[in-house]
Amino acid sequence: MTLETFLQNIANGISLGSLYALIAIGYTMVYGIIRLINFAHADLLMVASYAAFYGILIFALPWWLSFLLAILLTTILGMSIEKIAYRPLRDAPRISALISAIGVSFLLQNLGIVLVGASPKPFPRPENLVWNIHLGGISFLSLAVIIPLITLVLLAAVNLVVNKTNIGIAMRAVSRDFETASLMAVDVNKVVVTTFAVGSGLAAVGGIMWSLQYPQIDPLMGVFPGLKCFIAAVMGGIGSVPGAMVGGFLLGMGEVMLVGFMPDLSGYRDAFAFVVLILILLFKPGGILGEHVVEKV
Amino acid sequence: MDGRKNIKIALNIATLLVTAVFLYWGDSVLSPFQKRILNLAAIFVILGASMNLVVGFTGMFSLGHSGFMCVGAYTAAILTMSPESKELIYYMEPIVPWLKNIEWPIIPATIMGGIIAAVFGILVGFPALRLRDDYLAIATLGFAEIIRIIVTNTISITNGALGLKNIPSEKSLLFYWSFCIITIIILKNLINSSWGYAFKAIRDNEIAAEAMGVSVFKHKMLSFTIGAFFAGIAGALMAFLITSIDPTMFRFLFTFQILLIVVLGGMGSLTGSVIAGIIITIAMEWLRFVERPMTILGMDIPGIPGMRMVIFAILLLVVVLFYRQGLMGTKEFNWDWLLDKLGLARNRERGIS
Repeated sequence: MTLETFLQNIANGISLGSLYALIAIGYTMVYGIIRLINFAHADLLMVASYAAFYGILIFALPWWLSFLLAILLTTILGMSIEKIAYRPLRDAPRISALISAIGVSFLLQNLGIVLVGASPKPFPRPENLVWNIHLGGISFLSLAVIIPLITLVLLAAVNLVVNKTNIGIAMRAVSRDFETASLMAVDVNKVVVTTFAVGSGLAAVGGIMWSLQYPQIDPLMGVFPGLKCFIAAVMGGIGSVPGAMVGGFLLGMGEVMLVGFMPDLSGYRDAFAFVVLILILLFKPGGILGEHVVEKV
Repeated sequence: MDGRKNIKIALNIATLLVTAVFLYWGDSVLSPFQKRILNLAAIFVILGASMNLVVGFTGMFSLGHSGFMCVGAYTAAILTMSPESKELIYYMEPIVPWLKNIEWPIIPATIMGGIIAAVFGILVGFPALRLRDDYLAIATLGFAEIIRIIVTNTISITNGALGLKNIPSEKSLLFYWSFCIITIIILKNLINSSWGYAFKAIRDNEIAAEAMGVSVFKHKMLSFTIGAFFAGIAGALMAFLITSIDPTMFRFLFTFQILLIVVLGGMGSLTGSVIAGIIITIAMEWLRFVERPMTILGMDIPGIPGMRMVIFAILLLVVVLFYRQGLMGTKEFNWDWLLDKLGLARNRERGIS
């Protein structure tokens, strides 16, 4: 492998890793608070991409307005999903909530197929957002810089919210102990809805940037990124925002490097994340930055 | 002493006989299309019941069923295909020599499909079953995906993404429903055995079960492996029913359909899985009309592909949100209930013991 391709791979790994990190935060926040794998999170990516797509192509909006509206729409959708499909099951066995999450995910995917058709569509790349950068021998898309930048800014913002604001303190309290927090006059429903709003908003940003990076969108586009980002969240330690970031970067980098160094194994690329997941769960179930929680009887 | 015991034995035998006659009669009377749907229903009943054993009776939320089906289907297909058609189909890479000239009859190949799937079940179960709840769900989902990816990439054994065609076909109702009925009988006896009680104890409270001396890991392994075995059987039957398979068939979508059967029928009720399996299969065929173009009041409405799955997703959500017990809850059909309703041969033992 030449130095150029190596640097190229690094650039790819960084942008893939930041996308994973961004989406993983939504999983980790929701899981931290209500202990539920939000399967529908993956499909919010798809919803955001299609919203942005139609905003640009049909309503002829400027791309930034279209992106903002798509993020807003996805946030509202995420909050409604919580209210309709998860809140009634909060005291039910965990399996029920999980089945409900799978149901919502399938509903969104198939509604997508019904409404926009199953065939992939090319996502437009706004010219003043995506251009080629030539640096020495390597050339890369501006996205390789923009995506990590946006990710870092959003991560810093989320960290600030979680650690410094009142709602952030309430979130951490709820995630530590649901019932005690509600006894301490924390409005649990408000905290959960806020968590879903933040998570869905980040998923929307992630989805739009995903479509810019890989400009082919279809109703099932969220499935694999979604699963992998959940894995990234588990790798970093579920419930921990910095953990999701570390996990996302490691997974993205690892995946790109696997294909880069061992092209023979490229068919197994999608299996890589699952193998990592299983190894992590077996040997360090708390994740890299997570704390080990002892199960109470 | 117990007048009911003989009646129940007689009823069991009579039901089996009536079913056998119906299947025999159906084989000669029904159209190939109707037979195909009924056979599909038998396969889905096996899938639903075996997933219910794992999810509903042992409380392990495993989403790996389609992976085990995939193993069973490929095993059975490779074992039964004739050497000539193997030569024809494996044109990307020739098949490995030790599989080349194998041509088994259908029934042993089906059972072998189950056995190989069970072996995979053991391999997956060892690491995965230490996990619980949603971690188990995502890990088993991951394993199913890994199995599918391995099948796609081991071209000299499975023919990769091209899939297998010309698998020997079997169309008779008797074949599929015999497997289905035997599966149900085995599972019913299993659930009412001491193993079955251990499964249910683990489901209700794992820590309490362990404290009472139930070997949790051993029983989880048993339940998971048996579930995988029957998933493999169902996969093999599927291969003979549709005669061509490829890796994309066994995606998560399949597990979703089985989950729907388990949830709709009631987690922890075999009867529920049987009823829901038949209902869902028939509904799935019947609902094809919503995906076809049609004319209502002179208006042409184009077909909407994907509409069926929207309906099923909504159905799943409605059941989980408003009707969590499903059709049967944890109840089972039994003759006592029917006889009580009819007021026949009242059970005089009640209240004495």
